[in-house]
Amino acid sequence: MRLTCPYCGSRGNDEFVYLGSADPVRPSHHDAPAEQWTAYVYERTNPAGAHRELWHHSFGCRSWLIVTRDTRTHEVLKTEPARDAAHTSSEVAVP
Amino acid sequence: MQYSLAALLRNALSGNTHWSPAWRDPQPKPSYDTIIIGGGGHGLATAYFLAKEHGITDVAVLEKAYIGSGNVGRNTTIIRSNYLLPGNTPFYEWSLKLWEGLEQDINFNAMVSQRGVLNLFHSDGQRDAFARRGNAMRLNGVDAELLGPNEVRRLHPLLDLDNPRFPVKGGLLQRRGGTVRHDAVAWGYARAADRRGVDIIQNCEVTGLRIESGRIIGVETTRGTIHAKRIGLAVAGNSSRLAAMAGMRLPIESHVLQAFVSEGVKPLIDQVVTFGAAHFYISQSDKGGLVFGGDIDGYNSYAQRGSLPIVEDVMSCALALFPSLGRLRYLRQWGGIMDMSMDGSPIIDRTPIEGLYLNAGWCYGGFKATPASGWCFAHTIATGQPHAFNAAYRLDRFASGHVIDEGGKGAVPNLH
Repeated sequence: MRLTCPYCGSRGNDEFVYLGSADPVRPSHHDAPAEQWTAYVYERTNPAGAHRELWHHSFGCRSWLIVTRDTRTHEVLKTEPARDAAHTSSEVAVP
Repeated sequence: MQYSLAALLRNALSGNTHWSPAWRDPQPKPSYDTIIIGGGGHGLATAYFLAKEHGITDVAVLEKAYIGSGNVGRNTTIIRSNYLLPGNTPFYEWSLKLWEGLEQDINFNAMVSQRGVLNLFHSDGQRDAFARRGNAMRLNGVDAELLGPNEVRRLHPLLDLDNPRFPVKGGLLQRRGGTVRHDAVAWGYARAADRRGVDIIQNCEVTGLRIESGRIIGVETTRGTIHAKRIGLAVAGNSSRLAAMAGMRLPIESHVLQAFVSEGVKPLIDQVVTFGAAHFYISQSDKGGLVFGGDIDGYNSYAQRGSLPIVEDVMSCALALFPSLGRLRYLRQWGGIMDMSMDGSPIIDRTPIEGLYLNAGWCYGGFKATPASGWCFAHTIATGQPHAFNAAYRLDRFASGHVIDEGGKGAVPNLH
């Protein structure tokens, strides 16, 4: 499997470190109930199909990326810098 | 057909043309008392124990492909019970005891081989951790022996004990651990369940769960609607997909795990040996091939195939332990889809849907658990209550904080 880093081009996946789904949103530290934290820390949609996920180009430019990938075929559908996604949406958690 | 020496002789003399199929191929009935979704090792064992221990024989096992096509045929066949934590030790020890009686129980040769499982350690700190694990096992009545480097050298002369980076300081040996022929486990449980009246329905994929006012009433399948009062999910790898049909989100990610077999060679490694410095385990099959594996690939996948960095990683681990394997060629590699749960431990429990039961989250330790998983899941379904052996494997433990973190790694599915 290869990923195309928006900054570095096509690279083998051993240059990247995987974090997991990009969808969970960190609840508020002040008033979120425990159920929201349980959902954030533990529960995952885990789809068979398109999956938005966070990858870190650790052995390259060290950028966080959001990759949309088909989990049934490993086909990469879209790659974008996590920074851009964070700027256009208030619901994306960037570690 | 009862297998016996007389049957073997009779069929040998008649050219082996009169063996009957090991189980029936029935049409699905419109309704059953209980349906088990998933015809893998755990699902078949569950159906077998429902019939044997609880007298519930109006049972169907629904399998989307054929028996033996999933994870029961995609593992490295290792059995052991060398667990540390209180929620795990009694369960896995019960599983090992069931393995010890399996072949007599189901009248099927599964080639259960208690050749021993040796976990190597490579530092003083790791020795302390393994001694603690061994002591916990012995306190629970499980066998464990702490070996020094010379005892390990006598058992495994090919090991590179004096490796400068990861010297072998010793190992924790469980002599009752070993290997079992995994296909025979699937076939043996399928045959034994069938003989007790269970319908095993292959090529029958579940496409939906029928739920009315919070209660399960049946399933939609590619072979029509089938009603049932009780339904058990035993579909590790696809648990999240099935649970989503009931509106549930599980603390699980699906990941691909690869395994490898080398060309056959003469007896070389007569136990299961695991590397303590990286994730790697190796044993030798009765055909002579070395069977080995390592880490999951590390990203969500339903593809049943992995990528090359893990191949390189596993091979380098093999050579770090056994440099003499460098000229050996590997024959085959395959991938299976694992339910990676968020604490590395399984779930055998009821669900918020009445009549719907869940058996999931086996990470890559599901094969050794097959008999006890089936035994405990059957108990949970038949009585509506978990058995003491699976009482800790609750679905709500993530919300309540009672996680069973055997690896000590936290809520990170891709590290277990």
